Amino acid sequence: MHELSIVMCILDIAEEYAGKTKYRAIEEIELDIGCLTTIEMNAFEFAWKEGVRNTRLQDAAKKINRIKGKAKCMDCENTFTIENLFDPCPSCGQHLLDILEGKELRVKSLMMS
Amino acid sequence: MCATCGCGTVDSVHGHEGGLPHDHSHDHSTHTHKVVDVEKDILQQNNLLAERNRGYFEAKNILALNLVSSPGSGKTALLEKTLTDLKGQLEFAVIEGDQQTTNDADRIHATGTKVIQINTGKGCHLDAHMVLHAVQGIKPKQNSVLFIENVGNLVCPALFDLGERERVVIVSVTEGEDKPLKYPDMFHSSTLCIINKTDLLPYLPFNIEKLISNAKKVNPKLEIIELSCTQGTGLNLWYDWLKSKVPVPEPVE
Repeated sequence: MHELSIVMCILDIAEEYAGKTKYRAIEEIELDIGCLTTIEMNAFEFAWKEGVRNTRLQDAAKKINRIKGKAKCMDCENTFTIENLFDPCPSCGQHLLDILEGKELRVKSLMMS
Repeated sequence: MCATCGCGTVDSVHGHEGGLPHDHSHDHSTHTHKVVDVEKDILQQNNLLAERNRGYFEAKNILALNLVSSPGSGKTALLEKTLTDLKGQLEFAVIEGDQQTTNDADRIHATGTKVIQINTGKGCHLDAHMVLHAVQGIKPKQNSVLFIENVGNLVCPALFDLGERERVVIVSVTEGEDKPLKYPDMFHSSTLCIINKTDLLPYLPFNIEKLISNAKKVNPKLEIIELSCTQGTGLNLWYDWLKSKVPVPEPVE
């Protein structure tokens, strides 16, 4: 259940940023969660429900951008989408890849009112 | 039209078919929104603390290793053996991570090594903050090796940088050959994979080449060491690896 730790980190960031403004409520929080991270979305939703109770995020709408995996083959320099870390390069079949996208875990923005 | 809430501000009174004219105006002073661009890594706090730990280790010339595996792969047994066999050759300190009990710390303590136990309670992994405090408590010596034995779990610890120099994943031959494919993040983020309990191979339908091939699919750079902690086979490879990584202190001019 590292998802709960992730939710707590998001809460800290939201509190930190919201505390610097004159606004009181967070209406929406936008998150980037890459598809190659170990975040299991059902577990995340469950952890979110429990974690944000009685906080500024309790009633906030949650917008999640799932970012698909993208890698560059270190052998043939082909760039392609990947679903799993063990996917081979579709062009040359090698596994030595540079992960370009899909590992994001980011708080993108807050909408305050 | 108001760009913030979408209501009409120019012609605020209008009529609907079959309805009465009504007023759409409202007080905008209580209705303002602000979008704050955050663009912050969710794990930034952990990563900052991990870098702080890393800096401390580098300054004191400490080789910090994060040992990760499923429960029961033989992490603690391998540590006991290593600490006993290399006593007098290298200086060691150990941080033990478990949800409950001091059993592992007690086992390490029995070898005469400095050890501190972190109980994570319900937590499923160590994080950089826990390690920071453990390091303050144990004060590892200059030019030493610090083993951080993580909570037995192949999923969660993968996300949390502790400030280690190398991440060592231990897998035993009683587990499946597809472990690296099932838990790719851990194998992807590790630098060395120890395959333990090789003395049991004759009794198991286990294909070690398949395990290695799967691990290399996830991480082609992953180094592999096969060993049997109980029989001692292959331990010399692990000890050589360890000694090769121990930082040689640079002379101060």
